[in-house]
Amino acid sequence: MTEVVFYFFAAVAVLSAAMCILQRSPVGALIWLVQVMLALGAIFILLQAQFIGIIQILVYAGAIMVLFLFILMLLNVGRVRATDIRGPAGVAAAVVVAGLIVAELRGLWAYTTVRLEHEVRTSAGALQAAYAFAGGQAAQQEAQTRGVVGGIAAPLFQLYLVPFEITSILLLAAIVGAVVLAKRRA
Amino acid sequence: MTLPLLAVQGADEVSGSGLGAVRLAWLTIALPLLGVLVNGALAFVRPRARALVSLVGPGVLLGAFAVSVAIFFELRAHPPEAPLIVTLWPWLHVGDLRIDLALQVDQLATVMLLVVTGVGSLIHIYSVGYMGEDPGYARYFAYLNLFVVFMLILVLGASLPVLFIGWEGVGLCSYLLIGFWFTDKTNADAGKKAFLANRVGDFGFLIAMFLLWQTVGALDFATILARAPTVLSTAAATWITLFLLLGCTGKSAQIPLYVWLPDAMAGPTPVSALIHAATMVTAGVYLVARTGVLFALAPGTGLVTAGIGALTALFAATIGLRQYDIKKVLAYSTISQLGYMFLGVGVGGYTAGIFHLVTHSFFKALLFLGAGSVIHALHHAYHATHAHDDAQDMRNMGGLRRWLPVTCTLMWIATLAIAGVPPFAGFFSKDEILAAAFARGAEQPIYYLFYGMGALAAFLTAVYMARLMAMTFHGTTRLGEAQQAHVHEAPASMTGPLVLLAFLSLTGGALNLPAFAGGHEGLEHWLEPVTRAATALRPLTLPTGATEDTLLAAAVAIAVLGLWIGFRTTLGRPVLPASIAPPDTGLARLLNRKYYVDEIYDALLVRPVVWLSDKVLWRVVDQGLVDGLLVGGGVVGTRWLGRLGSRLQSGQVGLYVLLFLVGAIWVLNAILG
Amino acid sequence: MLLGPALGLSAVLFSLGVAGVVLRRNAIVLFMCVELMLNAVNLAFVALAQVYGVGGYLIVFFVMTVAAAEAAVGLAIILAVFRHHQSIDLQNINLLHG
Repeated sequence: MTEVVFYFFAAVAVLSAAMCILQRSPVGALIWLVQVMLALGAIFILLQAQFIGIIQILVYAGAIMVLFLFILMLLNVGRVRATDIRGPAGVAAAVVVAGLIVAELRGLWAYTTVRLEHEVRTSAGALQAAYAFAGGQAAQQEAQTRGVVGGIAAPLFQLYLVPFEITSILLLAAIVGAVVLAKRRA
Repeated sequence: MTLPLLAVQGADEVSGSGLGAVRLAWLTIALPLLGVLVNGALAFVRPRARALVSLVGPGVLLGAFAVSVAIFFELRAHPPEAPLIVTLWPWLHVGDLRIDLALQVDQLATVMLLVVTGVGSLIHIYSVGYMGEDPGYARYFAYLNLFVVFMLILVLGASLPVLFIGWEGVGLCSYLLIGFWFTDKTNADAGKKAFLANRVGDFGFLIAMFLLWQTVGALDFATILARAPTVLSTAAATWITLFLLLGCTGKSAQIPLYVWLPDAMAGPTPVSALIHAATMVTAGVYLVARTGVLFALAPGTGLVTAGIGALTALFAATIGLRQYDIKKVLAYSTISQLGYMFLGVGVGGYTAGIFHLVTHSFFKALLFLGAGSVIHALHHAYHATHAHDDAQDMRNMGGLRRWLPVTCTLMWIATLAIAGVPPFAGFFSKDEILAAAFARGAEQPIYYLFYGMGALAAFLTAVYMARLMAMTFHGTTRLGEAQQAHVHEAPASMTGPLVLLAFLSLTGGALNLPAFAGGHEGLEHWLEPVTRAATALRPLTLPTGATEDTLLAAAVAIAVLGLWIGFRTTLGRPVLPASIAPPDTGLARLLNRKYYVDEIYDALLVRPVVWLSDKVLWRVVDQGLVDGLLVGGGVVGTRWLGRLGSRLQSGQVGLYVLLFLVGAIWVLNAILG
Repeated sequence: MLLGPALGLSAVLFSLGVAGVVLRRNAIVLFMCVELMLNAVNLAFVALAQVYGVGGYLIVFFVMTVAAAEAAVGLAIILAVFRHHQSIDLQNINLLHG
């Protein structure tokens, strides 16, 4: 059952992405991108990442994309004028490059936990085989004891506190930077 | 480097303490080198420091002469059977090749040492007076000292490469000194000509060295002379010696490379005396004597050497008959006398050749320096009367006996010596050479021809020398009355050395006085340990008894007859001053123009080379190939590459992104692939 | 466990984003395709978090935060560029060409 739902949303995501990159109107492309994000949000929830899924919709689709829309409106480029899709050379380059990347990444399809564990165990890296299984289970345990949000919040404010704080400084810098850059010259 | 109280090789059998002077042989080179540094520095810093230069210049040479005399006495007390080698420091040690900067002191080297430093000192002292007012005084002595440095390296070298250093060095100094007054293009050209002609000879020398290394496997004299008889085939020895001979014809002005010597008279007269009479040009003779064993192994080359010597002697003597420049006469005389020396060593009479080398240095230096005094006096007279005549043209001289009696007498002594009148020095040395040639004739009749050529050349020598003396000192003078008042004898600093040289020209025969004159053949015995190896391979017995007496009588007759004929014919005709003298015609003109050899060389050799350099090497190779193709091509290629590269910087974000993604794919491939 | 298919979907979305970046000339649309790529990567992390633990979720968290900051600054830059060139067609913005 889960798989059927997953493939449905996967199809939606792929089709929406395709429409996004082929859409002539920028606003249209934006809407299609929002659609992709909503589909992804659904898939996140399906993958037991409920908090992340909601955050995806709230923050990504809700805030960031709205910001994009604001800028589009501000710059008055929302209407369809001449197309901004590159000519045949660009299409050919895009096809080639994207095709190559997909070809490189084809191997990902075949991944299962068994294969992953096998790779981890036989690789020379620092990863230990124990992680391969213990991590996901531990996450599930956390989620059940502390709740969905708590399962993420606990490590965030304990183990990953420093990155958290740094990220907040980053956001501050971004705000200041955006204000400075977008200011009208007096 | 250890202090040069060095070990002396080959001295085991001789008591060590008696070789102090030999150990100091390097001093003979170091002292003139010091002179070079001091005079050179003065030339740059204070060119007018006459007094110091006059002290240092001749001073260092007298010091070297003192060391040479000490060495001579040491060797006389303990005559070594094998050369004494003084190694200064290692030079080339490559694989099997071991050449050190080493000096070889033996009897032959000592003879040369004494001649170079002795006659050299006298000429240095003479130069103080002669060049005293020249602005390049310090530079002159620096060059002159440098020349002595190289000449001594040449003479004392223990191996061919070391000798070659000196060989090339004297060529360089010759160039520097010939073109001493380089602001006049003729002088500069003469210097270049000398250098180029020498270079051709040096090429022969180098080839000979390469061949020697290939066949014998060593380049130091001791090893060569020991191994050569067993290792060298006659053919190999012939090739090696022929190339050495090429070198000698360059340095010692023989046919075909003699053409530079007459032009070299453009240099100051003391230079002509030292370099182009007494020392540098004798380097070729010394080389043949030094490598005598090689020449003895190749009798064919001996024939060629003797032939070239005889031919040159005769050829140059004929040209000297019709030259009017006093220095040119002496130049051709030098070429002719060098021919004699080569005739001597070519037939295997090494002692005869060296003997003539020594006596010739005495009387030829005297002749040149005397001519210098004459020219000096005439310059003075012309300067005082604002005349512009040529001070070296004998047609402008005449009757100078009145005002230059001492010089006249001294030059007559030299003339008698060079003509070969007994008991002057030249008689004994020249006679010994001709006797040796005659003796060889018994083996191969062609040597009789060489003897004949030598005898004829001796006759002509007497003729042109008498002509020189008659034109210069006797007869009616061509000088004007005003000029006559200003002609006077040279100062003592110049006349002093002349007297000494005259004394040596008179008594020099005593060096190797033959048995018939009651002597003990001193030089022959002195040089015996050196020439022994060569004479063993190719023995030579000088004629004795009736043959000897006939030859002697012939020699004397030739000399006296020549002098008389030359004197009479010159004074029999009136001589006109150069400015109004009619040009020569016919045979006289041919001789005066030196058989047009220079013109022939120019057409055959110089013009084609110049054409080649201009049309081919310059236009095609340099401008076309190097400038056009390589440099220009490099420019075009670089520019093309640059333009290609700059297309990557289009400013288009899209292109950058594409390239970025291509790189990312590549990395992905590397990781996942 | 949907690990494989999820990773596969991530790969497809990523390559579609790449195609979009190469294909489009409008600066903002180009930026949006970059966001598409980021989303694809987020999906991959979430898929792997099932195996590797909560670290995956946290990385997604941070990616989103940084993407927000980046979007703010990037759009401000585009705004400034637009003020200068009166156009956001990347074809015309080539002042740094050599």
